[in-house]
Amino acid sequence: MMDRRLIENFDWSIIWALLAIICIGLLSIYSALYTQIQARPTNNLFIRQILWLVLGFVVMGCSLFVNYQRLRSLSPWLYGFVLLLLMVVLAIGKEVHGSKRWLELGGFQFQPSEFMKVVIVIQLAGYFSSQEVTNFPGIKKLFLPLSLVVLPVLLVLAEPDLGTAISLMAIATTMIFFVGVRWKYIAALALTVIPLILPVWEHVLKPYQKRRVLILLSPDLDPLGAGYHIRQSKIAIGSGMLWGKGFLNGTQNKLHFLPEKHTDFIFSVWAEEWGFVGCAVLILLFCLLIFLTLRVAARSRDRFGSLVVVGMSALILWQAFINIGMVIGVLPVVGITLPFVSYGGSSLVTLCLAIGLIARHALSCNRIDRKCKYA
Amino acid sequence: MKTTDDKLDGFKLINRDGGESVSFQRQYLLICAIMVLLMMIYMVRLWQLQVLQGELYRYQSENNRIRMEEIAAPRGIIFDRNGVPIVENRPAYHLVIIREDITDLDGTIRELARLCERNPDEFFSIIEANKSSPKFVPLRLASDLDRDCLARVEAQRIRLPGVEIELEPKREYKWNATAAHLIGYLSEITEAEIKSEKYRGYYPGEDIGKVGIESAFEKYLHGSRGGRQLEVDAAGRRVRLLEEHLPISGRNLWLTLDMELQKTAEALLEDKTGAIVAVDPTDGAVLAFACSPSFDQEKFVRGLNKDEWLALSKDPSHPLLNRGSGAAYPPGSTYKPFVALAALKEGAINAASNFTCPGYLQFGDRKYRCWKDHGHGSVNVERALIESCDVFFYQTGLKLGVDRLAQNVTAFGLGERTGIGLQGEHPGLIPTSLWKKQATGVPWQKGETISISIGQGFDLVTPLQMAMAYSAIANNGKLWQPYVVKRIEGSSANEIDEISPRLKRKISIEQPWFDLVKKGLAGVVEEPRGTGHLIRNPFVQIAGKTGTAQVVHVAQGANRKLLEKLTNSKDRDHAWFVGYAPASDARICVAAIVEHGGHGASVAAPMVQKVILAYLKNTEKPLKE
Repeated sequence: MMDRRLIENFDWSIIWALLAIICIGLLSIYSALYTQIQARPTNNLFIRQILWLVLGFVVMGCSLFVNYQRLRSLSPWLYGFVLLLLMVVLAIGKEVHGSKRWLELGGFQFQPSEFMKVVIVIQLAGYFSSQEVTNFPGIKKLFLPLSLVVLPVLLVLAEPDLGTAISLMAIATTMIFFVGVRWKYIAALALTVIPLILPVWEHVLKPYQKRRVLILLSPDLDPLGAGYHIRQSKIAIGSGMLWGKGFLNGTQNKLHFLPEKHTDFIFSVWAEEWGFVGCAVLILLFCLLIFLTLRVAARSRDRFGSLVVVGMSALILWQAFINIGMVIGVLPVVGITLPFVSYGGSSLVTLCLAIGLIARHALSCNRIDRKCKYA
Repeated sequence: MKTTDDKLDGFKLINRDGGESVSFQRQYLLICAIMVLLMMIYMVRLWQLQVLQGELYRYQSENNRIRMEEIAAPRGIIFDRNGVPIVENRPAYHLVIIREDITDLDGTIRELARLCERNPDEFFSIIEANKSSPKFVPLRLASDLDRDCLARVEAQRIRLPGVEIELEPKREYKWNATAAHLIGYLSEITEAEIKSEKYRGYYPGEDIGKVGIESAFEKYLHGSRGGRQLEVDAAGRRVRLLEEHLPISGRNLWLTLDMELQKTAEALLEDKTGAIVAVDPTDGAVLAFACSPSFDQEKFVRGLNKDEWLALSKDPSHPLLNRGSGAAYPPGSTYKPFVALAALKEGAINAASNFTCPGYLQFGDRKYRCWKDHGHGSVNVERALIESCDVFFYQTGLKLGVDRLAQNVTAFGLGERTGIGLQGEHPGLIPTSLWKKQATGVPWQKGETISISIGQGFDLVTPLQMAMAYSAIANNGKLWQPYVVKRIEGSSANEIDEISPRLKRKISIEQPWFDLVKKGLAGVVEEPRGTGHLIRNPFVQIAGKTGTAQVVHVAQGANRKLLEKLTNSKDRDHAWFVGYAPASDARICVAAIVEHGGHGASVAAPMVQKVILAYLKNTEKPLKE
C-alpha cells in the first residue's frame, strides 16, 4: 500500500526523536527500579515495561494500516465503547490507593481512561470535519463536542483521577482552538469561569487536592506530608547540577526518598543522574517531537486527518509539560505521567497508537497529493 | 473572521471537497510559540534549581539523610463519674531494626536474639517476610519487650547500629475484665477498614476500638498521629531534628459509671450468668453495667492468637456477649406493671376492677395456670401486682387485646433500641398481630395474648430496656435515652463538651394510673404477702417487681414446683428483679437477671437490694419503723 518513495518522503525525524525519548525512559526506569531489578532479575516492572513497549510497537505498526475513512465512520462506536468501559471501571474496577482506575483482563491491568484520550481525539476530529461545521463554529455547533468531552471527564473525575481529566480537557481545548474560537466566546467563558473559581475551590476540590495547590504556593506548609514529595523531588533535581551524578548514581532515588519515582516523578530520577544537560536534551526532544507532528497537521489537506494529528500532538504536549511542571515545582501535583518515559502500560500503548496514527496520516498525505511535500 | 490568507499559498489547506479553503497555519504558529515559551520557563527554572542552587541541593542530598519518624498519639483516658481512671495508657517498648544501617545483619540478629532470649529464626523469618519493603523503613522484630530484655538491648545499643527501641503508648485496663462489655477493647485495624471512609487518615498497624465505648467513641479517643523529620548520619543515628509535628492526644471520656457500684454489681454476679444494669431514673445516666461472665481485655491488647480467639468465641457461656444490652430475654412477671398501665390507660380496667383467681384460667380447652396453685381469690390491680397474680393479667390482657397492649408497652421503649450507642444492641420484641402474620405467616391466636400478658411467649426485652422502662414508671412517664459518657474532655479547658441527657418521649398516661402502679410496686417489697418482701430493709424503701421467666415450656396442668426440683440447671427459669429506690423519689433504678437462676424473688431481688444500698448507703438514714 505504500511505495518506496513515500517511505523515503516520510520525515523520519519523528521516529528518531521518539526512540531517543523512549531510551531516556528506559534508562530512568532502570535506575529508579534498580533495587527491585537486583532482587528479582526476571520478574520486575522494568521487564514489564519492555513487554508493554513491544506491544506498543506492534500497535504502532498496525496503526500504519488504518484506513482514515473507516476510522472516521467507526469513531462513534469506539467512543461509545470506551465510555462504557469507563462506567464499568466505576462499577467493578480495581481500587488502588482509594481510586478506581484499573480493569483487570487476563492478569494484565489497564486503564480505560488512557484509551479515552485517543478516542476523544478521533471523535472530535470526526465532528469538526463534517460538512456542516465550519471554522469558528457558532455556539450551537459547539454544544455537541463539549458534551462529548464533559461526559468522560465527569466519569474520570469520579474514579477519581484529576490528572486524566485535565489531560482530556487540555486535548479538547487545543482541538477546538485549532478549529477556531470566536473572541466573544472566550470573553464569555472567562466571565463565567472566573466567578466560579471560589465556589469550586470551596466545594468541589477534595481536601487533598486543595492541599496540593496550597503546598505548591508554599511548600513549607507541610514538610512532612505533601510538601515532603516536592522537597525531595527538588533536592533530587537540584543535586543533579549541570552534568548529573551519572547513571545509577542517584542517591535520592536509591534511598527511596522519591515518591512514585518510576511513574509520576520519573523526571526527577533523570534530572538527578543526568543533570541540567540531560533535562535540556529531554525537553528539547519533546519540543522537536511535538513540533514535527504538529507540522504534519499544518501541511495536511485532509481536515479530519489533520485534526486527528493535532489532537494526538496535544496529548503528548500537555502531558509532557504538565508532568515536568509539577515535578520541578511550578505546577501542582496532579498525577499526570511523562509520555514515553514514565512506567505505565496503558499509557505507553495509547501513546504508541497516537504516534502510529500521526505517521499514518503523514504517509497518506504524501500519497494523495505530492505537492504536500515536507520542506 | 475567516482565516484564509492567499499569501500562504504553499500552506493553504483545502478541505475534503476542495471547496472552502482553510488553514491551520496561524494556530500552528501560536501553539509552537506557547511551547517555546513553556520550554524557556522550564529551562530557567531548571537552571535555577540545578546550576544556581545546585551546590545547596547537592549538599543536602549527600550529607543530609532525612528520615521520617511517626509519633503515635496517646489514646484518650476513660474515667468514671468520680474521676477514677478506668482505662489508661502505659508505654510499650518495641525492638526495631533499620536494615539499611546494619552492616552485619546476620551477626546483629543473632546478638539481638541472645539479648532477648529468643530464637534467631523467629527474627529471620520476619526479615524474610519483609524482604520487599524498602531497607530504610523500620522493621519491628519484637513487640512489648519486658524490662530485663529492654535493659540488656539498651545497654548494647551503642555497638549495634541500626537497632532502635520504639516507644508506643499501649492501652491499660486498670480493672481488667471489669465493665469489659461496656468499655470494649482494641485491636489492630484491618486492611479492609483502612480503606473505608470511616478510618480515613489511619495508618496500618494502628489500634482501633472494636466494641463498646472504645468503638463508639473511637473518633474522640483516637487522636491523630504526629511525625518528625530527622537528619541522620551514615549509621542512621539522629543528628538533628528538622521538623516536628506533635501528635494530638485523643480526648478523655468521663463516664456516668460509678466504679465502686460497678465492682459491687460484678461481685454479686460472680460465678453466675446474667447482667445487672443500674441507671439514674432522673436523667438516664448509666451507673453500673455488669455482664457475667466477663472477658480479659488485656488479652486483646497483647493480641490474641487464633486458638485463644476460638476458645473465647466458642465458649458455651459466651463471655463476649453483652448481656446488658445485646441479649434479650422473656421479661416474665416484670412485664406486668406495663400491662397494668396499658389496661388502665385504655380503660380496659380501673383501680377497682376485680378478677377472681382460682389458680388457673380455663381458655378453650386449655388451662393457663397461676404460679400459685390454690389461687389468689378476688384481686384488684394493686394486689395483683403485689402478689404477682397471673390470672388477673391473663384476664386483663384478653380484655385489652394484643395490639392495644403492644402500642402502649412500646411507648416505654420496649421492643426498640434504647440508643445507648453500643454496637450490637438488641431491639427486643413486643409482638403485634401484624408482626406475627408477617414473621410466621400464621394469624395471631388469642391464647398467645394470654402468654404475652405475663411476659412470656414472644416477649423479649434487654436488661437495659427494663431499667429504662422502670425508670419511666418511677419518674411518672419520662423515657430517657440511656447514656454512658457525660463529658468529653480535650487537652485545653475550652475543649470540654458536656453531654446532656436526652428525653426520648413523655409517655401520655395520667398521673393517677402511675400512682396506682407505683403503689403496687412499693407493696411488692413492703407488704408481707408481696413477692419481694425478702429484700425489705430499714434504710430505704425499694419498689420493684420480681419475675421468673420460663425457659422451657411447662406442660399444661403440670405442677411447677415439683417440676423445678426435677429439672437440671440449664432448664431452670431466668430470675428477674427490676426495682428502684427510694420508692417515693427514685434516684437509682436497677434491673437484674440471672440466667437459669430460678426464682426472681430469692436470686435476683437481693442483688438489686445490695446494689441500691451500695449506691444510697452514704445518704440514707434508717427509716423509722
